[in-house]
Parts: sequence; C-alpha cells; structure tokens
Amino acid sequence: MNGSRAERPTALFWAEFAESRAAVAGLAVFALALAAALFAPWLTPQDPYDQAGLALMDARLPPGTVGTGGYPHWLGTDAAGRDVFSAILWGLRTSLFVGVAAGLCALSLGTTLGLAAAFFGGRVETVLMRIVDLQLSFPAILLALVLVASLGQGLAQVVTALVAAQYAYFARTVHGAALAERRKAYIEAASGIPLRPARIVFRHLLPNVLPPLIVVATVQVANAIAIEATLSFLGVGLPVTEPSLGTLIANGFQFMLSGRYWISVYPGIALLIVIVSINLVGDRLRDVLNPRLRR
Amino acid sequence: MTADAPAAMTDRHDAPSRRFLMLGFLLQRLASAAVVLAAMSVIVFAGVYAIGNPIDVLINPAADQVMRAETIARYGLDRPFWEQYLRFAGAVLAGDFGTSFVFGTPALPLILGKLPATLELALAAMLIAIGLGIPLGMLAGLRPEAASSRAIMAGSILGFSLPTFWVGLMLILVFSVELGWLPSGGRGATVEIGGIAWSFLTADGLTHLALPALNLALFKLSLIIRLTRAGMREVMLSDYVRFARAKGLSRARVIGVHAFRNILIPIVTVLGLEFGSVVAFAVVTETIFSWPGMGKLIIDSILTLDRPVMVAYLMLVVAMFVAINLVVDIAYAALDPRVRLGSR
Repeated sequence: MNGSRAERPTALFWAEFAESRAAVAGLAVFALALAAALFAPWLTPQDPYDQAGLALMDARLPPGTVGTGGYPHWLGTDAAGRDVFSAILWGLRTSLFVGVAAGLCALSLGTTLGLAAAFFGGRVETVLMRIVDLQLSFPAILLALVLVASLGQGLAQVVTALVAAQYAYFARTVHGAALAERRKAYIEAASGIPLRPARIVFRHLLPNVLPPLIVVATVQVANAIAIEATLSFLGVGLPVTEPSLGTLIANGFQFMLSGRYWISVYPGIALLIVIVSINLVGDRLRDVLNPRLRR
Repeated sequence: MTADAPAAMTDRHDAPSRRFLMLGFLLQRLASAAVVLAAMSVIVFAGVYAIGNPIDVLINPAADQVMRAETIARYGLDRPFWEQYLRFAGAVLAGDFGTSFVFGTPALPLILGKLPATLELALAAMLIAIGLGIPLGMLAGLRPEAASSRAIMAGSILGFSLPTFWVGLMLILVFSVELGWLPSGGRGATVEIGGIAWSFLTADGLTHLALPALNLALFKLSLIIRLTRAGMREVMLSDYVRFARAKGLSRARVIGVHAFRNILIPIVTVLGLEFGSVVAFAVVTETIFSWPGMGKLIIDSILTLDRPVMVAYLMLVVAMFVAINLVVDIAYAALDPRVRLGSR
C-alpha cells in the first residue's frame, strides 16, 4: 500500500474527479466552511454566546450597521443584539460537528452490521436485514423525530437519534456489496487458509466494499445536517444554549414577517451552501467510483 | 391476442396451485404486518414512556402530596412498565388511546379530527408533484442534452438538496412578505361537507393551500422528474416505440400513448409508497405555515409532553405505512406472475 503504485490510482482518481468543475467547487466550498467553523473563535468579531458581550441597543440592526462594539455588522444582528455573522460561524461549528459525528457513527455501526450479516448469513442475516428493511420503509425524519422526542434535547441525544435513523442506509449498502464480494475467489482462498473471520471481514472484505460506502457516507452527512437543522427548527433538536444553523433560522422566523429577513435568511443561506456543496461532491464520487461507468 | 393464448393455457393449468399459494401469501403478509404493528407499539410506547415526567405537566405545582399520589394512581403512572403497556395495548385494541393531558379529550378522535386537513395538504402536494413532474420529466427525457433539460435537472438536484423547512421560509418571504400575494399561514375560509371542513372549495382556502402544498410537493416533484426522465429515455429506445414510429404513427401519438403508458408503471408504484412519507413530512410544512393538521398537533404535543396524543399519532402513522406496504406487496403479487409466492 505504499510507494508509486499507490500514488497512481490516487492521481487517476483525482484527475477523474476534477473533470467536474462543479464538484471541485463543491469540495473547495466545503473545505472553506470546515475551516471557517474550526477557526470561528478567531474569525468572528464577537463570541455570540457570551451574554456579557451583548448589548440590547444592538438588537435587530440591519446588515451593514455599525453597532456599539464599533465594528460593522455585515449581516445584521438578531433580537438579542448578537452579530449574525458570528452566530453563523459558531452555528456552523455545531451543525458540521453533528453531521460528521452522526455520519461517522452511523457508518461504523451500519458497516459492522452489514458485513456481519453478509459474512455469517443464516439467521443473523435474516434478522438483521429484516430490521434494516423495516426501518428503511419509514422516513428518516420521522424516526429521528420519535427518537428525539423520547431522548430529550441535547447534542448527544440528537446525534444518537441521527445514528439510529441513518445506520440502516449503510447496513443495506454494505450488505449488498459484501454479498457480491463474498462469492469471489479471494474470500474463498482467505477462508481456506484459514484466516480468522474478523481478519477476513475487516482486512479483505471491507476494502472491497468501500467505494459505494464512501458515496453513501457523503450523502448521509449532508442528510444528517439537514435533519438536525429541521429538528432544531421544529424546536425539538438542539437547545438554545448550543445553537446550530437550524436553531438560528428558527429564532429569526418570527421576525421575518415584519421584514427583518436577515436574522433567518443568512443562516439559511449558510446551511444551503454546506448541504449543496457536500451533495455536489457526493454526486461526482458516485460517478467516479461506479465501476459500470468506467471508461 | 395470439400471443396471449399460450400464457392463458398455462395459467389455467396452474390456476388452482397459484390461487392456493396466493392465499397463503396473503395470510403470511397479514401476519407479518400484525407482528410489525405489535413490535412498533412496544417501541413507541417504550420510547414515549421514557420522556420526562408527565406528572409535572399534569399536576398543579401547588398540589399537596396526597393530591399528587392520587393523580399518579388515576393515570396508572405508579405501575411497572410492562403493566402499563398491557393496559395500553388492551385499551388500544378497543380503540382507546387515552385522554390528552392538554386538551382533556380522547386522543384518537383529536387526531382524526385533524386528519382531513393533513390529507387535503398531502393530496394537493401529490397533485402538484404529478402535474408538474411528469411533463417536465418527459421533456427532459426526450431531449437530454438540451439546455431546458439541463435546467430542469439542475432544479431537481436543488429540490433534493434544499431542506423542506428552508424552502417554506423562502416561499413565505417572497410570496407573503415581499410580494404580499399569498397568506403565510392558516387554512382560510373552509366549506363543510359531511361535517368535515375543506379549504380547496373556496377561493380564500385555495390561496392558503397554495404555498404549503407547493412546499410539500417540491421533494416529490424532484423525484418524479428523475423517474419520468429515466423511464422516458429507456422507453424511447425500445423496439415497440421504434416500431410504432415505423408504422407511421405521429410522434405525438407515440409519446402520448405508447411511451406514456409504459413509464407510468414505476411512477405509480413509487407514488403509492411515497404517499406515507408526504404525510410524515407534513409535520414540517404544517409547522411553518401554521396549517392545523396532525403534524402541527404532534409537534405541539412533543413540546408539551402530551403522551397519549404522541402515541396515538405515531401508531396511526405506523399503521398507515404498514397498510401501504401491504397493499403494494399484494398488488405486486397479484399483477406480476413472476413474484414468487412460496416462502424462501
């Protein structure tokens, strides 16, 4: 896995990926969003959740106004006098964290279950895949809603609900891919040596089911961010003390009808940009990694 | 006609055994649907049971210890979980989901009373999705490289990506706040038919219906555009379409009759399966547009910890999904002889 042999497929992969300018732009925008979220404390003029730093005199200022802090609020301020730009970057931190954490946990759980089902077959497979199929017949948003309703508000609860609602997509994908791989000669050879099942599953089977898994992972991270935003908007997601982009949009909703659009609209645009950029990358990955479209 | 003859003969030959298998298949599906419903009732009950402590909602904080204990006992909240579940299950089988903590009326009629508003919204959304989606999809499928087709497909990607609640906000901002053309919430004037209020029969009701229905339709619209386009591209290359053209039929007739009927099959199937998810997504749309349906009720009851209403809503939605899946399964088996009826 090292040396020039490994570099060539990577270079080829990148060349193919880069053929779509939209996908490269998506990747760049996503990287930028990630950096903005990571470095939010240094990029923002104000810590939006430090109550002492907020002045009610600054409440609901339109975009571009200079507030009591002496710096311009390029995207305006909200009802508590919070700088909307700062709130967006901090909200982005929460939204991306939830999306990536939920995506990775669902990936690990779903992959393990899918691989186990495909490798062991029999009863294990029947029971696991029945549950997965049953779950997939319900919309993820509904499952997440039920789970959040029973787990309560909070970061850990929302991530748990998202994982429980999304692992099934990974399990189904991995199971399908692994079934096709299981019948191939290299797995038979590995079983014949005989290697331990865990080694066969994780060292031999897993790398070969990775391509479809990567595609599903990108799409599911975008979905997790969207579902979390929806839950928070409905008031059953993250609490006001840990606001995500969805919480910010919900907070501004009541002021939108009186024409103070910026409190809701700018966080909404930020959410949109993140989701669309991830989906653009995912769309391209699907084409590049699809063996049936190989030229 | 002649092609049907051999098939009809084998059909007659197999008829008794297939009918027998069909009956077994039906019973098996019904049984598994019942198992799913029972399992979901345990999950839903356990999930909702785990939420907070409803006593705080039910009891006046000034109440003394005796009054507290009495209220707890009256609602059976002092019993162990399994006993509460059995009581709940027994009552549900008799159609009783308990009394709403907030409204003080039985939960099931409360939700069923909101059902027509949700169904009206969901059906209107489906109509918009079909009415716009199929023509746009056909257009995109006929000329996949044209600029208009690319624009349609880009639009459908956006429709998939944009969160429903965000599109709803934008619709309100543009059409209600900026342009002032359409109202931002509520059902407007309604007409009562059979004791149920409907919005779509009055001009005012229709203006109230337009934005929420469009909002709810967008996701399905994108789906139908993609399905129709894929179906159209496949069908236009098939032998029978080429044959119909060669026979001298007009292009319009070939597209409108021969191609159209064949792309409908997968679309109808998906629409059947997706109807449940439209009702589920109505939760979001109803909250944004203050549409007084089931979805708004469930969000309100989650926020107020109104357990009986939550359980009744969830069981109703689960039952709806199970019923839709059951009908689609059976319809498939009845229509497509290739579906294996025996157990694996």
